[in-house]
Amino acid sequence: MLGLNKKDSKFLLIVIALTVCTPILLQPFPEGSGLAQFNAGYPDLMQRFAIYGIFAIGFNILFGLTGYLSFGHAAFLGVGSYSVVWMYKLLDYNVIWGLPLAIITSGLFALAIGYVSLRRSGIYFSILTLAFAQMSFNVAYSVLTPLTNGETGLQVYTSDKQILLGANEPNSPHLFGLVMNQSAKLNVGDWVFTFNIGYYFCAVIAILAFYLSLRIFRSPFGLMLKAVKCNQQRMNYTGLNSRPYTLAAFVISGMYAGLAGGLLASMDPLAGAERMQWTASGEVVLMTILGGTGTLMGPVLGAGFIKYFENIFSKINETVLHSWFSWLPDGMEDAIVWVLHFFVGKGWHLTLGMLFMLIVIFLPGGLVDGASRIREWYKNRKGGGAASSETSTTPAE
Amino acid sequence: MGILEVQNVNKSFGGLKALQNVNLNVEEGMIHAIIGPNGAGKSTLLNCFVGKLIPDTGTVMFDGHSLLGKKPHEINQTGVSRVFQTPEIFGDLTVFENVMIPCFAKRDGSFRMHAIEKVEAEVDIRDKAEQMLIDVDMIDKKEMNANSLSRGDKRRLEMAMCLAQDPKLLLLDEPTAGMARADTNNTIDLLAKIQGQRDITMAVIEHDMHVVFSLAQKISVLAQGTVIVEDLPENIKGHPKVQEAYLGGAH
Amino acid sequence: MDAILLQILNGLDKGSAYALIALGLTLIFGTLGVVNFAHGALFMIGSFCAVTLQKILNISSITIDETQKDFLGNPLKVKTPYVEAWFGEVTGQAIINWSVPLAILFAIPIMLLVGFVMERGLIKHFYKRPHADQILVTFGLAIVLQEIIKAMYGANPIPTPAPDVFRGSLDFGVLLGFDPNAVIYPYWRLIYFAFSTVVIAAVFSFLQFTTFGMVVRAGMADRETVGLLGINIDKRFTFMFGVAAAVAGLAGVMYTPINSPNYHMGMDFLVLSFVVVVVGGMGSLPGAVLAGFMLGILESFASMNEIKSIIPGIDQIIIYLVAIVILMTRPRGLMGRKGVMEE
Repeated sequence: MLGLNKKDSKFLLIVIALTVCTPILLQPFPEGSGLAQFNAGYPDLMQRFAIYGIFAIGFNILFGLTGYLSFGHAAFLGVGSYSVVWMYKLLDYNVIWGLPLAIITSGLFALAIGYVSLRRSGIYFSILTLAFAQMSFNVAYSVLTPLTNGETGLQVYTSDKQILLGANEPNSPHLFGLVMNQSAKLNVGDWVFTFNIGYYFCAVIAILAFYLSLRIFRSPFGLMLKAVKCNQQRMNYTGLNSRPYTLAAFVISGMYAGLAGGLLASMDPLAGAERMQWTASGEVVLMTILGGTGTLMGPVLGAGFIKYFENIFSKINETVLHSWFSWLPDGMEDAIVWVLHFFVGKGWHLTLGMLFMLIVIFLPGGLVDGASRIREWYKNRKGGGAASSETSTTPAE
Repeated sequence: MGILEVQNVNKSFGGLKALQNVNLNVEEGMIHAIIGPNGAGKSTLLNCFVGKLIPDTGTVMFDGHSLLGKKPHEINQTGVSRVFQTPEIFGDLTVFENVMIPCFAKRDGSFRMHAIEKVEAEVDIRDKAEQMLIDVDMIDKKEMNANSLSRGDKRRLEMAMCLAQDPKLLLLDEPTAGMARADTNNTIDLLAKIQGQRDITMAVIEHDMHVVFSLAQKISVLAQGTVIVEDLPENIKGHPKVQEAYLGGAH
Repeated sequence: MDAILLQILNGLDKGSAYALIALGLTLIFGTLGVVNFAHGALFMIGSFCAVTLQKILNISSITIDETQKDFLGNPLKVKTPYVEAWFGEVTGQAIINWSVPLAILFAIPIMLLVGFVMERGLIKHFYKRPHADQILVTFGLAIVLQEIIKAMYGANPIPTPAPDVFRGSLDFGVLLGFDPNAVIYPYWRLIYFAFSTVVIAAVFSFLQFTTFGMVVRAGMADRETVGLLGINIDKRFTFMFGVAAAVAGLAGVMYTPINSPNYHMGMDFLVLSFVVVVVGGMGSLPGAVLAGFMLGILESFASMNEIKSIIPGIDQIIIYLVAIVILMTRPRGLMGRKGVMEE
């Protein structure tokens, strides 16, 4: 199917099925029950799953395949957002103008930054990308205010021209009249499912992005990128010029980031400089590592995981904690709530930091690696004879 | 006319003169060994051939073109492949992928953006890579991770990768260093077989005299940065200058 | 002329902070080969040592003074810090007033301890792992430390004033014959610069003139050989990590009067300090110091109105711009050694 082998086609179909059913899958608890706070089927959260999924997939093409750790990808996210909002301001709210522009501008930007940064490798490369991104952030805040509207952030004002704006056109981002923030709600018993246009728009693009990255992974180009990560010396002595390969990977991943930034602005017609700050670059690194660097599905899982827990954890406050532990004796309840309250609500970043350290220390392969280790362990434990002999023959050769 | 002609090459590092007026002529189709005591400048010389180092003065001509100032990948594309002292392979990839990469490099040149094609569909590349693995008797290890190979197998793999490019000149930097006797003999057989089958010119740097005298058709002896003798193997063995260089006679 | 002098002076205090942090980063990198993204957090912890000491010194007993009334007519609650009760009012107030310099003594053992725990508990396990892993785990640690401080002290900057004696400014210009008020420089910044010079000199002489330092330097150059000589280099390197942490911490302690500490100050400085290290040359201690002062002063020049009017926004990007230019023209930084972090 679509130029994929059987296994990959199955994989892609599963991904598509999961994406389509997300509004249902993420809403497992009936409305009004105590567990409803763990539901994640809200439009804006699901949109972020898809968007940051795209961002992480793109980052993985660079970091996962070539091993070049960029600490400046947020710059492309920001450029993408600004491009889309500018198209709103100049033309109209149809996202069809802004998104391609976001990809083009971020691609060009990535080409310029990558051309310079990729002359160095290792930590020097990381610092160079960080420097470029911080520079873009600072400039967006100060000198480029006419372009970026500085601290306030870029948004559409009624005084803007919007030359293509028709009389009956919706006054928020849309795709040929499909308004992004419109949703259909479905009530099944106590459950409420929200099907949001914006989410499905992002989801379709995310699936395309995923498919493209799958193709890159399986292509000769992808093989060359893996070769860059393995052994650049051998690569050069094999007659291959590693620089254009890494530059191409950098530009592709920059375009993914630009697309993600553009989609952020397509869901919410705003673009702020803080999107370019290095913390945002750090976030995509976290997502990729957490999910599993260099794996296909890992970055998407990592993005979903972080965005989900960010949302859930930051909503839990002391009152919620007290209600959970009310069955404990008073003193103990207070003690536990006191300890836990550092990790929830505003303390979510503490949890994130710890989780991240634990993953890097104990599970460098990320969630995907963890899952496969558990599967292996389970197979060995259960299978005994047949399964264990199968696993032991491969490395023994 | 040699396929590789080195004339008056000098190279110094700070005050140390690593190479002094080196002249070397590797004839087409031969196995040419470069021997010499430690620190004689053998590796420096080899690095001047592949673009890792640039000589201070002198010329290095390969197949009628100068190699000076060219980048390693450009030199490789003209037909010079190199085997390293410690095998340089793509450790995290499978053996088969390792061999496919040079096949792509041979067919597509130093860069090609083939991002939508599939590795699986590249029949000609796959056939060629398989043939290479058969040639070095490694086809049964095709799907193994290259890191998990034994040292001898890593060397074979590296050889297969170099051969996959159909090089005109194969440079070998101590191909049997650190190998057990059995592996060394296997390597000798492999090199002899390759030369018999493909008629590739080889320049070998080697310490092991057993290897040198089993393979070489011509030998250059390098001592203190200069070539002191260049002759046929049978004339080298008893050559007084060579004995002096090895047995350490400054007198 | 006086304007130029003023900018150089203004650049010195920031430059000092950069230099101190970069020095620690380089020490850790040079000895342990670890890229420490949590180094900014150490700087921040140092600052909060000063905050903590100030808080401790201000712990007060509360007495109710019936003779005085507050504006609601209730008896006035009088807070008396315990130090005042113990040492008498004058001495007690002086101690509180001098809390920032006193925090140096307080911070050194704490920072050494933090450094040791960090190295033994975490960093040790990452020597053999790729640099990317080191960056990532210390990055995670930095987030954790920063969030802990935020949970303990809140998100707002906490003012930590310098002793009253140093509140004023020195009319530096008069000393050199310029007009009065042309070059005004706060005393504390002058002290900060002097302090960091002393710390830098101490670190260099320690490495240069003690046997311990000699072994460390030898180990930086060739760890394996030193290990073969039967010297336990690991222990010394652990100690150096502690020293690097202490240097960053002291830089933080003394910086508090210049900039009220907040939980994210570490990260703000870290990004710039890394740029400084790279510009100076990864692994070169003099390079780190030189680049720190150089970039601090350049930044200060770029923020002059005369220059900003020619190139708007230059103050925001000058450091990064210089870093990029230097890295492109001198790949190993100003004074970098060959072969460091190039694979």
